[in-house]
Amino acid sequence: MPDSDLNLLQDVVIKGEDQQAKSITETALADGMEPLHIVNEFLIPAMDEVGARFERNEYFVPELLLSARAMKACMTLIRPLLAERGNEPVGRVVIGTVKGDLHDIGKNLVGAMLEGGGFEVYDLGVNVSPEKFIEKVRSTDAEIVGMSALLTTTMPSMKKTIQAFDEAGLRDSVKMMVGGAPVSQKFADEIGADGYGANAPLAVQLAKKLVSA
Amino acid sequence: MHPVLSQILNEGPVVTDGAWGTQLQRAGLEPGDFPDAWNLDFPEKVRSVAKSYIDAGSQVILTNTFGGNRIRLAEVSLENRIQEINRQGALLSKSVVNAQAKVFGSIGPSGKMLCVGEVSAEELSETFLKQAMALAEGGADGLVIETMSDPEEARLATLAAKQTGLPVVACMVYDSGTGMDRTMMGATVEQATGVLLEAGADAIGANCGQGIEGFLPLCEKIKSACQLPIWIKANAGLPEWIQGEAVYRTTPEEFTAWVDPILNAGADFIGGCCGTSPEFIQHITATLNLRKSKHGNQD
Repeated sequence: MPDSDLNLLQDVVIKGEDQQAKSITETALADGMEPLHIVNEFLIPAMDEVGARFERNEYFVPELLLSARAMKACMTLIRPLLAERGNEPVGRVVIGTVKGDLHDIGKNLVGAMLEGGGFEVYDLGVNVSPEKFIEKVRSTDAEIVGMSALLTTTMPSMKKTIQAFDEAGLRDSVKMMVGGAPVSQKFADEIGADGYGANAPLAVQLAKKLVSA
Repeated sequence: MHPVLSQILNEGPVVTDGAWGTQLQRAGLEPGDFPDAWNLDFPEKVRSVAKSYIDAGSQVILTNTFGGNRIRLAEVSLENRIQEINRQGALLSKSVVNAQAKVFGSIGPSGKMLCVGEVSAEELSETFLKQAMALAEGGADGLVIETMSDPEEARLATLAAKQTGLPVVACMVYDSGTGMDRTMMGATVEQATGVLLEAGADAIGANCGQGIEGFLPLCEKIKSACQLPIWIKANAGLPEWIQGEAVYRTTPEEFTAWVDPILNAGADFIGGCCGTSPEFIQHITATLNLRKSKHGNQD
């Protein structure tokens, strides 16, 4: 399959057309296209464009979700093939909304876009205790922990989680990033986080930076 | 205009209330606790918050039922008490108002996304109707759909709430876009207002999401988009993290300086959301009284 047909793939991922994205990927793989080539040349650039449109206020949450879903549809086909070939994901991220907080729209969006960016994502859901974060990092060897909160009153749980990693002797083996509507860079700095993601696309950029640091 | 709203607005714009969450926290609600459960567990404390706003001058107070839909209640295993929580919420607020003040039942978002099928339109319609009916049963004089990001969800809530026959205020939260004039889902004031008008809302509003400065242009935009009464409920700025605590920096004085401009821009209901308190309402009430007396002197 020529790359020109795969340009259409990039287009449909950007537009969030998951059925089309899946079928083009299926055809490409059947034609013998290298899975990693599809990911690096077409899918990741597609998600980068989606992020750029979000930054320009052309795309909002619905568009991000639909694109991430289209990306995911492709990755469902591609990931097993990458695993067979021994390809590692860009990074492993454990994400969750912190203890006391049940809001998850932001977290889900970040998770979807991280997967779109080539990360292996372990989503612990909501109301996640520090212990649960630690347990998951231990069992997955994740390099990054991403914490979300929507309530100002649950933000202290982020600090508690970072402290827990410290006490468990794990703080130096992971990067810890935070996000959520009331969270700020100032807060992230104060609690000793490694970074703050102001929105989902920026969270993905940050994760990429942290994993290569 | 809905007759109940005409009556309320008979003498001009009115003061609504301020934040409930932080007031309940002052009364002992722990971070992460579900406020609406206090309608069952600590009704007296809920009543105190309601009373504190009436005492501060609120002419319309809300109810402690923001999360009272089945989806949010299920997260704390209270979905089988939806009726009670909402009815009690209305009863508690109603028990502190005199004949002059009114109670509007608060209906907040489900927290799930319709656009990716996390919840269905049927589920939303069903639970919003249940919630609205229970609030009506508890004696609510009106209903206010608050902090909505998705016009479609707000539409379903409005349609459901309208079935009670009570006046329905439909409010979006505009906290996104370069101009802080879009909802998280990308809807503009014009787009959302159009949807809500069609659904039969009796008043259109904006609450939460940003500090009061941003609500002047929002009010102007709503005014351009419809002829209905306008409901404005602003935050006391954006939260800042100071010494381990979230602090809303806008003082009651700074907040109230915006009241006259916003009323001039057409707001009919004015109040505060996150970070505000009875003190804020006292200041707003004083401003409104001053405004009324000025207009009175011109006659």
